[in-house]
Amino acid sequence: MRQFVERHSFWSFVILVALGVFLWLIFAVWPEWLEAVLGRKKTFVNTFLNGLTLAGLYFLVASGFTLVFGLMRNVNLAHGSMYLLGAYIGYEAAEATGNWFIGLAVAFLAIAVTGILLQVLIFRRMEGDALRQTMVTIGISIIAADLMLAIWSGATYQFDPPEWLIGAAELPIISAVRSSGEAVYLKYPLYRLTVLGVAVAVGIALWLFLNRTRVGMMIRAGVNDRDMLSATGVNVQLVFALVFAIGAGLAGLAGVIGGTALSIAPGEDIRYLLASLVVVIVGGLGSVTGAAIGALLIGLAEQFGLAYFPTYGVVLTFLIMVVVLAVRPQGVMGQA
Amino acid sequence: MRRYAKALATTVLAVSLTGPALAQETIKLGALATLEGAFTVLGEDSMRGVRLALEEFNHTAGGKKIELVTGSSDASPDSAVRATRKLVEQDGVQVLIGPLSGSEGLAVKDYAKTQPNVTFLNGSSAAQDTTLREPAENFFRFSTDGAQWMAGLGEYVYNEKGYRKLAVLAEDYSFPYTQVFGFLEPFCRLGGQAPADARFWVPIGNKDYSSVIAALPDDVDAIYVALGGADAVNFLTQYEQAGGDLPLIGGSITVDQTVLGSKGKTRDFVVGTPSAGPISDTWDDQRWNAFVEAYKKQFPDAFPSPSLFAHAYYINTKAALLALDKVNGDLSDGGKSFRDALTNLEFETPTGMVKLDARRNAVADMFLTEVIEGPQGNLVNKTIKVIPQVDQTLGVSYANFLKYGAVSRENPKCE
Repeated sequence: MRQFVERHSFWSFVILVALGVFLWLIFAVWPEWLEAVLGRKKTFVNTFLNGLTLAGLYFLVASGFTLVFGLMRNVNLAHGSMYLLGAYIGYEAAEATGNWFIGLAVAFLAIAVTGILLQVLIFRRMEGDALRQTMVTIGISIIAADLMLAIWSGATYQFDPPEWLIGAAELPIISAVRSSGEAVYLKYPLYRLTVLGVAVAVGIALWLFLNRTRVGMMIRAGVNDRDMLSATGVNVQLVFALVFAIGAGLAGLAGVIGGTALSIAPGEDIRYLLASLVVVIVGGLGSVTGAAIGALLIGLAEQFGLAYFPTYGVVLTFLIMVVVLAVRPQGVMGQA
Repeated sequence: MRRYAKALATTVLAVSLTGPALAQETIKLGALATLEGAFTVLGEDSMRGVRLALEEFNHTAGGKKIELVTGSSDASPDSAVRATRKLVEQDGVQVLIGPLSGSEGLAVKDYAKTQPNVTFLNGSSAAQDTTLREPAENFFRFSTDGAQWMAGLGEYVYNEKGYRKLAVLAEDYSFPYTQVFGFLEPFCRLGGQAPADARFWVPIGNKDYSSVIAALPDDVDAIYVALGGADAVNFLTQYEQAGGDLPLIGGSITVDQTVLGSKGKTRDFVVGTPSAGPISDTWDDQRWNAFVEAYKKQFPDAFPSPSLFAHAYYINTKAALLALDKVNGDLSDGGKSFRDALTNLEFETPTGMVKLDARRNAVADMFLTEVIEGPQGNLVNKTIKVIPQVDQTLGVSYANFLKYGAVSRENPKCE
């Protein structure tokens, strides 16, 4: 950090000023000229929070994707199907027990087991053959999509989360001041804040797991040099299965969380697969920190695009991807 | 033995060569709907409409067996053309029912012009220009278009509800343009407002509406929402979560059974939402009730009441079968006499009489509706008023109607 400041004093100054302006935009009461330029403050802050919470959801899906790739060099294009399958299984479990949290747990476990089965029964047989693995995952995702359509039909499903998770929370951010001088505080859906909280918690847990535990150390060693790791006597296959279980389980968990925030319907698998692909391309394949940065960029871009120029908002996401590919092809945090 | 085998082989060859001749005994009917993507649930109900009509005719028309071949698209025009090409050029269907979504209809109409010997009947696609401008000779629409569906709604919310200024939220393609046009044209002529900066156009398949909801203006009386399928479900839930309290006005497919019948939470706050469209769930009419009964009997696991899509596909399939009956299933002249029969066809549907105008677009009755809670606690549309025999040019002459201009994000201006 200090090194960076000393070496790039100009850029650190720019970053600091930008941060200051941004914080001011969020917390200050907007003067009229600013409202004239950017529209209502409520729209701006809400959009920012929406971008942040969507980024949380994207991170949950993409972190598993990037983890699997980092260790196994396996681009799992069936990752979106795991998201959707997790959502459906979670829905069934939550319906049967009447408890949303059981749905969450069942989705995580069921998809983690699915992930292990996929790794042991299929991917292990074609190790090191990246193209074949990729083609097989595409095949699996197509078959899975049709099977899910046959079982759960095309209807849109929505979870019923516990009462205390629904409703709006008042934030300590003033959105406007009434003529009487009374401050109006911003309200924001509590559930979406929960999504963000879960994403941050998962991010921290992943970081601790990778950097502070013995297994995490093995995984990091495997990312750097698989053969050397197995030469030291570590059962690489076990580590692979574990990573696949965590990656897939996170996708299943995200299915329930995302299905509650938005909804479950056929086609969601492709949408989240595409989102995770863009996120990891921007953030850098194989890096969990990169996934967080990529998710933030894409989530914010999507929401600001939707609020301020809805018609062409979609372009923004891909524009970011194009710029990153042109300037830094390995992604923001990727290693060349 | 050897000679016998040879003879057998020749027979097999001969039989396989007579394939096309045999095809004369069965007629291949193609059905195309969105069985993937954001509109999957709509496509599934559409196929129920096709099967319902086929069942009613016992899978025969004009003395010939009808063989159903289905195709799927994802609501994008290119996927619809791809599926249509496959049905026409590979499967060899002679009559095709479809597609489902507005912009798909425009693309299939253009493709129809390259296949003059195949007859196309619309599914439920309801963009205006599918039949209004540069129509195809062999494309028929016995279901109506999105502007017709809005008949009476603009006047109703202005006069009865007293709304003067509205925000608009719709998907960004030809069908919602047509709906917004059909709704706003009378509303704005009466003096209502829907300024361009209060119109929000989102891509099909958008899931997260929270930012759009945050950007909705406060100084309007209501929001006109024209979203379909999963998109509508997502918007309604998020609008409720965000504590939205403006009244809604629904596009024809926004408060349809495909949305009201979705699994999970019920959306009681949409009770009272006015809308208009080609059907009304609770219309107490013998023809409609018989249709609902047949639908429930054949598909016990489907929606409590057929959706607009089942209805549109049913009507178009039934039209094809009726016309096939008239020409005794004879399509040997490239379907010319069949198309003549279709042009002159006038028949009783579950929602009243339907006939075609000069550009092969239907003239039919429309329903002004309002969402209520039904007897089983499910949400349904109650009939407020039936608007008889609405035509595509909404009562003005063809030449004058063209002066309104093509439907778009800014038509009508309405400021």
